[in-house]
Amino acid sequence: MDEPLKRTPLYAAHVAAGARMIPFGGWEMPVQYSGIMEEHRAVRTRAGLFDVSHMGEVDLVGRGAGPLVQWLVTNDVGRVALNQAQYTPMCTPEGGVIDDLLVYHVGDDHFMLVVNAANTVEDLAWIREHAGGDVQITDRTEEIALLALQGPRAQEVLARLTPAPLEAIRYYWFLDGVEVAGRRALVSRTGYTGEDGFELYVDATQAAHVWNAVLEAGRGAGILPAGLGARDTLRLEAGILLHGNDMDKTVTPLEVGLGWTVKLGKGEFIGAEALARQKSLGLPRRLVGFTLRERVIARHGFPIQENGRVVGCVTSGSFGPTVENSIGLGFVPPAHAEPGRRIAIEIRGRAVEGTVTKLPFYKRPTGGA
Amino acid sequence: MYPKELRYSKEHEWAKVEGKRVRVGITKFAADRLSDVVYVELPKVGSEVAFMQTFGVVESVKAVSDLYSPVSGKVVEINQALVEKPEVINTDPYGEAWMIVVEPRDLSELQRLLDADAYMALIGERQS
Repeated sequence: MDEPLKRTPLYAAHVAAGARMIPFGGWEMPVQYSGIMEEHRAVRTRAGLFDVSHMGEVDLVGRGAGPLVQWLVTNDVGRVALNQAQYTPMCTPEGGVIDDLLVYHVGDDHFMLVVNAANTVEDLAWIREHAGGDVQITDRTEEIALLALQGPRAQEVLARLTPAPLEAIRYYWFLDGVEVAGRRALVSRTGYTGEDGFELYVDATQAAHVWNAVLEAGRGAGILPAGLGARDTLRLEAGILLHGNDMDKTVTPLEVGLGWTVKLGKGEFIGAEALARQKSLGLPRRLVGFTLRERVIARHGFPIQENGRVVGCVTSGSFGPTVENSIGLGFVPPAHAEPGRRIAIEIRGRAVEGTVTKLPFYKRPTGGA
Repeated sequence: MYPKELRYSKEHEWAKVEGKRVRVGITKFAADRLSDVVYVELPKVGSEVAFMQTFGVVESVKAVSDLYSPVSGKVVEINQALVEKPEVINTDPYGEAWMIVVEPRDLSELQRLLDADAYMALIGERQS
């Protein structure tokens, strides 16, 4: 990693706000402002604003765009209506997860893929390599800034800045060309926190204006800027996977519990054969959630034991500020995967007791609309 | 932020002489760097600790860090309340968040630690 770190258009705003900056996926990103716990709780109970402009945006335009996406990903893009988004893995022919991404159906013959920062270059190369005729592929990462406004009061805050009918945007749908704080934005009801909320795609040159406007509009609601630290504890509690930690090219979507995103009936796609075979033969391992009986943290790579024998390893672990437990994800043999099963995590030479736990660890209360 | 009456280790522990005993914790600098401490592992009462050898572990969401004893001797008290509520390390590192009390074998070891000014120079804080 000798390349200089990239900075989002909000870099100066983060530094001015006292953020602690860290390298992440080739970018210099804020890991925290006031503190991970505080930011986490703000998102769970009020609202938080994240700069996730490091995520990659790839535009596919042309009559070949739809068929190309359908060939590249495991989910069925044919079911995605105009102004709808979809979560999907993108796999190798062996079924390994190259990346997990969002597909936005932006227009007729126009899709936008939103990919992980650390994978943007590799994804682009892969997409170009598999592109046939009549599709234009454009990397728009640098020109698009992405702000995630998340939390139970997200809609109320955003409504102060836009005339758009936010309540009409359902989960995993979006509106393009919406005015937010006087600037043009694509607004989708999506996120990575387990809370209600929106993601705002804006022109990079307008990012600081929109960022400040959202923080200002949310002041009365108790909004906080939130960093990657809180983003990680929030997604983990919500049982959402992180590519590069919980999955990579050596594991399949079926092994990590993403079977619902693998549509073998949709027609041919890269990885279909291998995934169909694995589905019929059975899985070699499964990603499960676990809860520890102490507050000590199980970190990526720590061994998972059952009855003193190593049976797997941890892929993600943290203290869950809302569930108030040490939680994590890891691989175990399928026979050990049922919730309630006693396991132990080897932490600095000590076996810390825990239990396989059904995901998600946290589910937001859904009362009223 | 760095009381004059304490001695400081280069690993960011503080030592406070209380008669014939020494109370030990970590500095505000260390607590801030860790941020959001969620777990502390302390030795048992009666166990022996050695000068600048590890006596425990402190862990935040972000990182895990060893604790080094600024003095050799026998652990005569541990802060059990801290084990249950480790987040006070971030709010009161010199008070409520003390970690262990040691009956030192050799109080002169404390001379090998830093005073507040030298510690602040080490961490790059301007002296007040």
